[in-house]
Amino acid sequence: MKIDWVALGSVFGVSLVATVALVGLFTLGIIGLSKQPSTAGGSTASVTLPRVGAYACFALCLAAVSFGIYLIVT
Amino acid sequence: MEHITLLLAIVIVTALVFDFTNGFHDTANAMATTISTGAMKPKAAVAMSAVLNLVGAFLSVEVAKTISSGIVNESGITPEVIFAALVGAILWNLLTWLIGLPSSSSHALMGGLIGATIASVGTSGVNGGTIVTKVLIPAIAAPLVAGLAAYLASRLTYRIGRNTDPKSTAKGYRAGQIASAGLVSLAHGTNDAQKTMGVITLALVAGGVLVPGSNPPMWVIASAGIAIALGTYLGGWRIIRTMGKGLTDLQPQQGFAAQTSAASVILASSNLGFSLSTTHSCSGAVMGAGLGRKGGVVRWSTATRMFVAWGLTLPAAGLVAAGSEYVTKQGDWGVAAVAVFLIASSTAIWFISRRQVVDHNNVNDVSDGDEPGVVTTAIAAVTPPPAGVSMSHSLDDLKTTIPARNAATPEAGPASPAAV
Repeated sequence: MKIDWVALGSVFGVSLVATVALVGLFTLGIIGLSKQPSTAGGSTASVTLPRVGAYACFALCLAAVSFGIYLIVT
Repeated sequence: MEHITLLLAIVIVTALVFDFTNGFHDTANAMATTISTGAMKPKAAVAMSAVLNLVGAFLSVEVAKTISSGIVNESGITPEVIFAALVGAILWNLLTWLIGLPSSSSHALMGGLIGATIASVGTSGVNGGTIVTKVLIPAIAAPLVAGLAAYLASRLTYRIGRNTDPKSTAKGYRAGQIASAGLVSLAHGTNDAQKTMGVITLALVAGGVLVPGSNPPMWVIASAGIAIALGTYLGGWRIIRTMGKGLTDLQPQQGFAAQTSAASVILASSNLGFSLSTTHSCSGAVMGAGLGRKGGVVRWSTATRMFVAWGLTLPAAGLVAAGSEYVTKQGDWGVAAVAVFLIASSTAIWFISRRQVVDHNNVNDVSDGDEPGVVTTAIAAVTPPPAGVSMSHSLDDLKTTIPARNAATPEAGPASPAAV
């Protein structure tokens, strides 16, 4: 009986990092999108920047999902 | 296909039935939180999960080389043993569905294989060490890993989003949750439908229809995919209710964190060589997410019942499979008797389930009051007596085993003659 602690440990680490990173990114994306022009003090830059950031976060999440599908397929 | 005997046909049909129960038993893994947070309507959620399961079944061309991950010696396995194993696994799946507890379908199948193999060739056919490394350790590790990840992720998302209006962000979280749930469904279709394909292929090899090492034929892939998709679409609403509402109360943030954690754990574990059960990961993720919100609580009584069911999965499915194997060994009448027993018990469980219908209309209405009674009696009924394993080696004692199970399902007696 040999328990593969290395594999278990890496599953633990990878799952933890992936989950926290993805949820964090997605949350940042949602917050970026929820910034309304009226609450942002009128200047367009303060709306555009969060918005661009949000889309960047969503793009990273989309990449992660694609990688997940790739892992399932192969 | 022309050499398929009646026995093989029975095994194939039983394997597809198992696949079907696997589907509706595990709908909860992907969709329970999606339904409870309102991200998707119940029917739409199970439909999406069913489609993704079907797609998943066709996605992977890698053959499941071993259905039991080396726990039993598969070289000397006969179609009767596979049949007996499936009977044990199906009945355990139906029973846990009846009492609304998530439990691992793959553990049920492994337990069935272990029990049937012991009854067939003795303990030498089972690799005890592998049970620990492939079943016990993962069963403990999966909820811990997924739970911790979901807990931290929930904490983080509440912390980052503490200044936002929950109403404006809920829609976003729900979209994210649907994506994660989709990944879980897809992975489930690939893994679990593959398992049934492996079982059918193994039976076909054992029955001499296919040469050892051959790929599953197309009709096997298609029928396994369709069976699991139909099961998923039917929806195990009782288990969905327990996972989505019974264990804890989830807000969209938590549902998203839980489902993302489950998807990460499942994908990481199946690709890093330490396989973790989907059901255990998802249940752990739900509990972790429940604790991750300030003031969030996990209903430990429900969780404890679930842990007890996990612990019982292997011995219970194994015991039924061992009994079934003992009877099927007696010859053709034995196979027929076990088939009748399976049909009668399943019918009985279905009739009991009709007393308190849980479906897509009331899946989110929690009613805790009625549960303990059903659970206590059912768990008492499936708890193997200490001497149970050794008992099943003699026919006389076996006869006491089967009525005992029928006693747990009162309608089985009258239904049995009718089914003959």
